[in-house]
Amino acid sequence: MTQNRPWIPYLLILPSVAFLALLFVVPLVQTIWLALSDNGAPSLANAERMVTDINFTRSVRNTFLLTIVVVPVQIAIALAMGTMVSKVGRGRETILWIWTIPLGISDLAAGLVWLSILQNTGYFNSLLFSLGVIGRQASWLSYQTPIALFIAIAVAEIWRGTAIVMVIIVAGLNQVPKEFKEAAEIFGAGPWTRFWRITLPLIRPALQSALILRTVLAFEVFAVVYALGGRNFPVLVGEAYNWQNQNQNYSVAAVYAVLIMIISLAATLIYLKALKVDPERLP
Amino acid sequence: MSKETMSTIKASPASFASSRRWLLWSGIAALCAWVLVPIYLVALGALGGRQGVYIWPKTGLPTGISLEPFILFLTTEGVVQSFLNSLGAAGITVALSILLGAPAGYALARYDFRGKDSYRLLVLLTRAFPLAILALPLTVSFIRLGLYDTIIGVGLIHTVLALPFAALVTQGIFLGVPKELEEAAWVFGCTRVQAFFKVVAPLALPGIVATAVFAFVISWNEVFAASVLTVRNRTLTAYLLTVLSESPMHYRFAGGLMLILPSVVFIFAVRRYLFAIWGISSK
Repeated sequence: MTQNRPWIPYLLILPSVAFLALLFVVPLVQTIWLALSDNGAPSLANAERMVTDINFTRSVRNTFLLTIVVVPVQIAIALAMGTMVSKVGRGRETILWIWTIPLGISDLAAGLVWLSILQNTGYFNSLLFSLGVIGRQASWLSYQTPIALFIAIAVAEIWRGTAIVMVIIVAGLNQVPKEFKEAAEIFGAGPWTRFWRITLPLIRPALQSALILRTVLAFEVFAVVYALGGRNFPVLVGEAYNWQNQNQNYSVAAVYAVLIMIISLAATLIYLKALKVDPERLP
Repeated sequence: MSKETMSTIKASPASFASSRRWLLWSGIAALCAWVLVPIYLVALGALGGRQGVYIWPKTGLPTGISLEPFILFLTTEGVVQSFLNSLGAAGITVALSILLGAPAGYALARYDFRGKDSYRLLVLLTRAFPLAILALPLTVSFIRLGLYDTIIGVGLIHTVLALPFAALVTQGIFLGVPKELEEAAWVFGCTRVQAFFKVVAPLALPGIVATAVFAFVISWNEVFAASVLTVRNRTLTAYLLTVLSESPMHYRFAGGLMLILPSVVFIFAVRRYLFAIWGISSK
C-alpha cells in the first residue's frame, strides 16, 4: 500500500513537523541565543549576572534537593501501589481511579491544597494541638523554618506527582506475563526475590520512562513552591519567572531556562545509559 | 475438645493469610485516604469562608460550611473571565493537538517511510525538555505577531506540550484498529479517505476522545507559560498565581478547589483508557 503514493506519510506528519519546528525548535534556538548574547554579540554577561545573583546558589541547591528527595519516594510509593493493586480482584478499578486523581491536579492546586492543611490555623496544627504535641499554633511555611518548608513542598509534590509514576508502572506491570511469576514460584523464589529478580528487571522500560518524565518535571517545580512558601524558597523556574516578570530582564531568565534544559537533558541521558533497555529481554 | 484443637490447627495458616489480607487492604485504604483527605480538607476550606479559616483548633468535620463563600469567590472580578479563558486555551490545545497529532499518529502506525525514526526521535526529544520554559523567548515574537496576551498564544504553546503526547498515543490507537478491516473497505470500493472515516475513525474514536481529554487537562493545569504570556487575558492558573499573595486564605482555597474539580471529573471519564494510553506512550 505504500508503493504507489509514497508521499502520503510525509503529508500526514508535515503539519506536526512544521508546528514543532516553529514553536519548539525556533524558541529553543532563541532561548540559547538570548542567554548567550548581549546587544547582539555573543557574551557571557547574562550568565555571570545569574551566577552572582543572591538567590542563584540557593535555587540550584533547593531544586536538586527536592528532586533527589521527591523522585525516589514517588517511585517507591508507585511500586508499592502497583504491587498492592495486582493482588486485588474486585474493586481494582475504583482503587486505581482514586490513586490517579492527582494526575489531573495542577501543581498550583496541589500547593493550595497543602496550604489549607499546613497554614497556621490549619488541620495539621489542629491535629498536633489536640494530641498535645504543640501548645500554640506553630508556623511551618515561613523563611524562619526552611526545613519544615522544604518538607512541606516535598510532601505536596509527592502527593501530586506520584500518580503519573503509578500509571506508567502499572501499565508496565500489566505487560509482565503471568507465566514468569508462576515459573519463579515453582522454582521456589520468595516474594522479595520475585520482585527484585523478575518484576523489577521486566518493568525496566516503564521505570525508565517514569524516571525521565518525573525528573524533568521535578526540575520544573514552581507553582507548588510559590503557593506554599511565596518567595521564601527559591527554585530555578521560580527565579526564571521573577527575572522575566518582575525584573523584565529576559536575558537572565533565558540563562535560567538554558540551565534547566541542560540539567534535564543530562538527567535524561544518564537514565538512558544507566537503565539501558535490552530489546531482547522485553516481555 | 479434640474438635477444638483441630480447628485451631486449621485456623493458623488461614489466619496468617487473613492477616496478610488485612495488611494489604489497610495499605490500600491508607493510600486512598492519602489522596482523598487533602482534597476534602481544601473543599472544607473553600466552603468555610472567612470565619472558617480562623476556627481553632479545627476538627476536620464539615461544620459551618455553605456554598455562599464559593459563590462569592466566583463573582469576584476576573474569576469568571479567567475561567472562560482557561476553557478557551484548553479548547484550542485540544483542537490543534488532535488535528496535527492524529494524522502523524496514523502515519506512524500504518506506513513505513524514510525518516520515521527521526520523526519519532523529534517527538521523544521534546520530552527531555521543560517545554513551558520555551514561553520565555516567545514573549518577544508573540508581541510582534499580536499573539501576546491572547488565548490563542497560550493555546499554541500548550499545543507544543500536548502534541508529542497526542502523536504517540494516537499511533497506538491506530495500531489497535485491525488493518484488515481497512483493507476490506478498499476491496468493497471505498477510497482511502472514505475507508478512514467510515471504518477506522469510528473504531478509534473513544481512544481519540481520551487523548483529547488529556490534552485538555495538560492545558488546564499549565501555570508557567500561561503566566508569562498573559497580562490581562489570564487563564485561571495564571490569574490565581498573580493574585495569590494578596488574596485572603479562603479565596486561595476556593481557587484550588475550582482548579481541581474539572480535572477530577475528566480523569474519571477516561479512567478506562489511562493505563492503555500510558502503556503505549511510555514505550
